[in-house]
Amino acid sequence: MNTTVQTSNPYVAEPMRLIRRYPMKENVHFFQVRAVDMQKALHLEYLPGQFMMISIPGVGEAPFSISSTPSRPGLLEFGIKRVGNVTNAIFKLKENSVFGVRGPYGNGFPVQKMRGRDLVIIMGGLGAVPLRSLLLYALDNRDQFGKLYLLHGARSPNDMLFIEEFFHMMERDDLVCYLTVDQDDTGTWPYDTGLLTRLIPRLTDIDPENTYVTVCGPPVMYKFVVEEILKLNVPKHQILMTLERRMKCGVGKCGHCIIGGYIYTCMEGPVFSYWDVMHMQGLI
Amino acid sequence: MRAVKMKREHLDDFLNAIKPFGTLWGPIRHGDGFALDKVEDYHQLDLTALRTKIPFKKLLFPPRFPMFSFQENKITPMLDDLPRQVIFGLHPCDIHGLMILDKFFTMHYPDPYYLERRRRTAVIGLSCLPDERCFCKTTNTHYAEGGFDLALTDLEDFFIIWVGSSLGDDMIRECPTLLEEKVDHDDLEKYVRWRKRREGAFKSQMDFTGMPSIMELRWDDPFWDELGEKCLSCGACTIVCPTCPCFNVIDEIGFNGTDGRRMRHWDSCMFQRYSMVAGGHNFRESRAARLKLRFTHKLQAFVGKFGEPACVGCGRCIDTCPVGIDIKTVGLRLKGEEVSA
Repeated sequence: MNTTVQTSNPYVAEPMRLIRRYPMKENVHFFQVRAVDMQKALHLEYLPGQFMMISIPGVGEAPFSISSTPSRPGLLEFGIKRVGNVTNAIFKLKENSVFGVRGPYGNGFPVQKMRGRDLVIIMGGLGAVPLRSLLLYALDNRDQFGKLYLLHGARSPNDMLFIEEFFHMMERDDLVCYLTVDQDDTGTWPYDTGLLTRLIPRLTDIDPENTYVTVCGPPVMYKFVVEEILKLNVPKHQILMTLERRMKCGVGKCGHCIIGGYIYTCMEGPVFSYWDVMHMQGLI
Repeated sequence: MRAVKMKREHLDDFLNAIKPFGTLWGPIRHGDGFALDKVEDYHQLDLTALRTKIPFKKLLFPPRFPMFSFQENKITPMLDDLPRQVIFGLHPCDIHGLMILDKFFTMHYPDPYYLERRRRTAVIGLSCLPDERCFCKTTNTHYAEGGFDLALTDLEDFFIIWVGSSLGDDMIRECPTLLEEKVDHDDLEKYVRWRKRREGAFKSQMDFTGMPSIMELRWDDPFWDELGEKCLSCGACTIVCPTCPCFNVIDEIGFNGTDGRRMRHWDSCMFQRYSMVAGGHNFRESRAARLKLRFTHKLQAFVGKFGEPACVGCGRCIDTCPVGIDIKTVGLRLKGEEVSA
């Protein structure tokens, strides 16, 4: 039985403390938080790809992908871009202030089914936030996966989130890591330049039938990335993407995240396969 | 289910006897229609009323209510002191709508706000004779065989009272002297004649069978754009629909700047900003896209999830839409029939 930070009232958030925050780039900050109740902090279970609702009383709530991994319990991490009322309020929080978080919600990545398979993680821009959870999970449980690839694209070196972490990963032997920027405005970028899609043909030694590919990035990215992955013969239902929608409740009630009239993204998503995308109208 | 009989002249005494079960709400004439309103005087009740303008859902999740109050980070859920209430006069279509909402708010994460109000609510159904807009016979929601505590079938000089729940049984035990346990052969005959008369009285039809597949094929049909041109995005269809549950959440803050309440408001998928995310991207910018959402949800998604469409044939959207885009015109257009919206 999963421990969640929910009371019997699913709309009441658990008090959490902001432990640490720092800017990753302009308007995108890293937030590390912990449930004030230490038992709840340690026993919160979640899956990579799930999200939480962050609640700022007086302003409102919004859904945020979890960027930390459940394999490192105690702290939750988020990468948050300042775009609206709720994120404006979150950006005003100082370290050690207390606010509300509830969840986890959504389906998350099917890590059980991914066991023993090759895993390709493709992230563009802010897509690094949710996929970092899966990446760290796979690294922490390295023996449960086959080959592991990370492909990360950003507009420029200054736009690359978690850049320090990914630079360290370039040094590791237990995954293959390709980093690329569209443009190097620093003149010191040591890795690839050009679009993320150009890196995909390098994945020649995966076993496509036994590979999961996860994609998250700006909407324009999906079409081109998926086209390239299909060329590698990865089955459509093993290409996974995580989507964004407006949400007011996170628990399948308020209706705002419905897609195509069928699907509550908060319940049946936010992780969908390319097969889902093909047969459900209006998904991307 | 058990059935007892009550003479018509006992109705007022019956309503008096069940006062302990809560505030009585029932259909009362307001202007050219009916409202589900608090009953101060039993003579206000109109037993011939059909659909009330706003359905019963307003008593189970009010248009605007506080979910909790907050003082800094102290959250106090507002679930206490909810009223006990008796909803009198729900017709079979609305009872079917109620059963859909019961399922919806109970599944996955049970919603305490709905369920607490529901727990304090007794439902008394009432038989009806259809008008030209009722099409519940074709949505198969024209009889309610469950979903109520008591249900009255009006047979002029007496009612058959169907006891549908333990709470309903408690209610009739409040007034044993008003009831006759035996429904005799003549009563039965009368009931059968009434059923036949009612069955023959339905004029309006709308068969939603096979709707999901036709909706799939018509996803890109230009008729959605035609409807989009006409739709006013007023949201009236969703407000009057007994199965529309969507809501928005808005924080209200007090003068001290920190204390306040988190409110739940009815929302409508017809409103322009319904699917707009922070940053301004709108997943359903066009009215056509929003109409498509509403009707696929009602006629396609619900069939997949609940095995039946989320339309109970009450006719409220037909009554209400100022430009004639109701579930029937849309359903008929989807099926390839010429109807002017």
